[in-house]
Amino acid sequence: MPVDIDIAHVAHLARLDLSADELEGYKNQLGLILEHAARVQTLESDATMENAHPLALENRYREDVRRDSLDRDEVLAQAPETRDGYFVVPPALESE
Amino acid sequence: MNWEPVIGIEVHVELMTESKMFCGCAVEFGAEPNTNICPTCLGLPGALPVPNRKAIESIMAIGLALNCEVMPRSVFHRKNYFYADLPKNYQISQFDVPVCVNGYLDIEVDGDTRRVSLERAHMEEDTGKSTHIGEGGRIHSATSTLLDFNRSGVPLVEIVSRPDIYSAAEARAYASGLRAVVAELGVSDARLEEGSIRFDANISIRPRGDETLGTKVEIKNMNSFRSLERAVDYEIQRQIEVVESGGEVVMETRHWDEESGVTRSMRTKEGSSDYRYFMDPDLAPMAMSPQWIDEVRATLPELPGDRLQRYIEGGLEPALAGVLSGSNKEMRDLHDSAVAEGADTREAANWVTGEVTSWARRHGSEDSEIPLTGADLAGLLRLIGEGTVSSSAAKEVLDGVLGGEGSPAEVARSRDLIQITDTSVLESAVDDVLAHNPKAVADYSSGEHKIVGFLVGQVMAATQGKADPRAVNELIRSRLDGS
Amino acid sequence: MTPTTIADAGRRLRSGEVTSVELLDSALAVAARTEAQLHAFLTIDRDQARETADRADADLAAGKDRGPLHGIPIALKDNMTTRGLETTAASQILSGYVPPYNATVVDRLAEGGAVLVGKTNLDEFAMGSSTENSAYGTSYNPWDITRVPGGSSGGSAAAVAAGSALGALGSDTGGSIRQPASLCGVVGMKPTYGTVSRYGLIAFASSLDQIGPLTRTIEDSALVLSTVWGHDPLDATSYPGELPDIMSGFGRGVDGMKIGVVKELSGEGYEPQVESAVSAMVENLAASGAEIVEVSLPSFDIALSAYYLIAPAEASANLARFDGIRYGHRAAGDTTESLMSRTRAEGFGPEVVRRILLGTYALSAGYYDAFYGQAQRVRAAIQEDFARAYGQVDALVSPTSPTVAFAAGARTDDPLAMYLSDICTIPSNLSGHPAISVPIGLDDQGLPIGFQVMASALAEDVMFQVAEEVERLAGFDKTPSLAEVAS
Ligand SMILES: [Mg+2]
Ligand SMILES: [Zn+2]
Repeated sequence: MPVDIDIAHVAHLARLDLSADELEGYKNQLGLILEHAARVQTLESDATMENAHPLALENRYREDVRRDSLDRDEVLAQAPETRDGYFVVPPALESE
Repeated sequence: MNWEPVIGIEVHVELMTESKMFCGCAVEFGAEPNTNICPTCLGLPGALPVPNRKAIESIMAIGLALNCEVMPRSVFHRKNYFYADLPKNYQISQFDVPVCVNGYLDIEVDGDTRRVSLERAHMEEDTGKSTHIGEGGRIHSATSTLLDFNRSGVPLVEIVSRPDIYSAAEARAYASGLRAVVAELGVSDARLEEGSIRFDANISIRPRGDETLGTKVEIKNMNSFRSLERAVDYEIQRQIEVVESGGEVVMETRHWDEESGVTRSMRTKEGSSDYRYFMDPDLAPMAMSPQWIDEVRATLPELPGDRLQRYIEGGLEPALAGVLSGSNKEMRDLHDSAVAEGADTREAANWVTGEVTSWARRHGSEDSEIPLTGADLAGLLRLIGEGTVSSSAAKEVLDGVLGGEGSPAEVARSRDLIQITDTSVLESAVDDVLAHNPKAVADYSSGEHKIVGFLVGQVMAATQGKADPRAVNELIRSRLDGS
Repeated sequence: MTPTTIADAGRRLRSGEVTSVELLDSALAVAARTEAQLHAFLTIDRDQARETADRADADLAAGKDRGPLHGIPIALKDNMTTRGLETTAASQILSGYVPPYNATVVDRLAEGGAVLVGKTNLDEFAMGSSTENSAYGTSYNPWDITRVPGGSSGGSAAAVAAGSALGALGSDTGGSIRQPASLCGVVGMKPTYGTVSRYGLIAFASSLDQIGPLTRTIEDSALVLSTVWGHDPLDATSYPGELPDIMSGFGRGVDGMKIGVVKELSGEGYEPQVESAVSAMVENLAASGAEIVEVSLPSFDIALSAYYLIAPAEASANLARFDGIRYGHRAAGDTTESLMSRTRAEGFGPEVVRRILLGTYALSAGYYDAFYGQAQRVRAAIQEDFARAYGQVDALVSPTSPTVAFAAGARTDDPLAMYLSDICTIPSNLSGHPAISVPIGLDDQGLPIGFQVMASALAEDVMFQVAEEVERLAGFDKTPSLAEVAS
């Protein structure tokens, strides 16, 4: 089955800023891999896989009890940019 | 053309659990930024979510209160989208098997009851909070964004109505009805101003009589019932104008601007979003057994709609039933227990919503315990009914009881408020007043019968309110008519 | 001579013949001599290790015995978080990242008195079968340093084979413990999904990932496993029930057991020497009294295809959190979105980008059902096939890898050829069942061949029983030339 891939759209969904050349390369590789992967379509089955766990665990919960949070300084020390106890990023949208 | 608006509302309710949805961090409003965070709610590499049982039971309670079916099995999905305040860049939410489906909420609009049908209620986690800073303070001119993840992972229940709301007033009634239910259940702070309840509205218009739905527009950022109503109203008018001037409504998300009272298009980069939902492999399926559902059902308090019904069936006229039903739990319990002690429901309701409530308001203790038992209130009403105290003196008795002076009978006695029932004492008081008011007596004789009220007041004053005004009235009339 | 197994080292520690500090020094000495060629480690914290070893010696002297790993030098794959010690998952995007918390297995190793030698190299985010996808350079095979150690736990396998650790933890998503163990001539086992906590394991594909031991012997494998497994309330997929008594089958042999040879895991693509070594071992097992049957699991033919949809799909979401905001590498950007997209393009290597794109595609609107959805149905079929097989036999056997260690660079330009390295190991990940690779000999180039034993969920006892007999029958006692140089 020929696999049609809008690679730029996929890269955008995945937030990967790739060059046109890189996109072309990945598109070709994905095409080959997906052609192989498309063999899953040879299976005739309407089985569902609600629970992939081999032990079919269900209803795994924790009780509503507080645990200690992390030390803020230790956490913020790993961040590229912080201010007054906050993480900092540039604005969400391009300024007009 | 006659247009019919069709509205669906999505409500996000933050649950008031001790700890977050998938980790042990505190759920706490107003904490220092980034102090209630851990590997899980901060999306650190390697961290895993474990669901909070209390949150699951809370959504089951909400579903049951909203007449939903609790699904026997349910699973969590990942909703994938990138956003700075979403630490994992996916939200753990639910997709095609939510915890609750198919419910309804009855709402009152202009005295009519309408049933709004619900599609589902599902469990998810909240995001962190972004604060945009820079000149102007507006999103478009922001120079940077500050991120606080304290709210990240707080349990959220999303309640989705069907497109079954047909006016801004209904939208408001639905939202406030839903808030009342959630508040009654005690599962959420239900504080709009703190964002613990948030609304999104999907609005479309169609020619009245049409069956098909028009193009819908989603409105976000309404943080009060009033702004919800205004935003919906505005958007309906906007769409009608667009269509009537030959245009077409565009499917989009719009932002309600409270200050200028308009909805504005939100610029989005992606055409349609593709959330790539798939079952979260970190979480086991949930199985809601009939026993578990029954256990949760047994914990449900009486809900506002059921309570109103009960009061009306108990003999209260709808208006008074509505006021009582809307009072706080202290007041309702006081009424209910007074009735259980033999008081008349109407009298008890009048006293509770009148004198007792205003006393509580004066003493700033509306939400705290009222120092009055149902037996006290029933006792007071009995003193009035038996004629032992007058209804005006009864207010003083109440004041004394609330002030901790003793039972109604004790206060009536100690404050000397027991009604004069001895006829000879009354007769002499009446005669005294008539003798001192010859002008009033003359007015009466010339046909001005209203003057009796003045004379009754004089007698009441002379007896310090302890006379029965009805008996005094009768006595005066018989004296004047007979002489 | 310094001990080469955990069991032996444990005995000699307790008899006072060696100290934990001596064991550590010997491991570090091997590392010093071999690292330039092997590059098994990304981080070695000598001071911290020394401190732990000192404490282990003091504790033992004071009569405080923390269990089978007390005082034993252990290496850790660098995709398990260690508080205060850099953890990168071999990715540029986590360069310099120091976690504020420990993975549950790290806490369990510490409670068990183990001495952490260092963090080992891997394919970036455990995506690969050769450890060539590390952002910090390739690891090499101690049996032949022109060849790969396998992957993604290649650093852990190479370290154990060379002797720079007596045991190691790896993670296995599609064979990432067993395949490098096979290529490096050591024992590598993946326990039943849910028996070892994944809390603190940097996720590749959550429904497939499982932590497990790499060791020299079957007994050591059981000793490491017994220290790290067991229920963890911080992992909602962690099994809360009783675990099998894994030592119970040791020394009992396979007489009377029924062992199935998987028909689909042979033939085209399998090296003749691998196939003949595996067949010879099967005959030996028959001679030991096992009843051998050929078993067909037809869905195995499309297991690889299903795996290369499911694993990347989960990975595409698991790796979304690496966005340059809260930790790790950040690229410049005027907006949050450009910052994220550039950070990710710069920070992830090509194999990771490839799998993120693949997984994103497989989940996207219009393709979900034909790809991801259908892959899940294949997964169900594989579980059914296994269930049918385990209705007939106690254990299944096959080669671990269709080939011995391949030359570095041989498969880097052909992702599909690389993916085929895991064809024998992937089914047990899709089913969540335990499986182990046991070295059974060398081919005529002197490269190790691994034999895989698979068993049903929570049947680690059965798996170890067969594996121990395989180990005994193979009598494999060779060490790689590099290790011999070292000792
Ligand atoms: Mg939502
Ligand atoms: Zn947390």
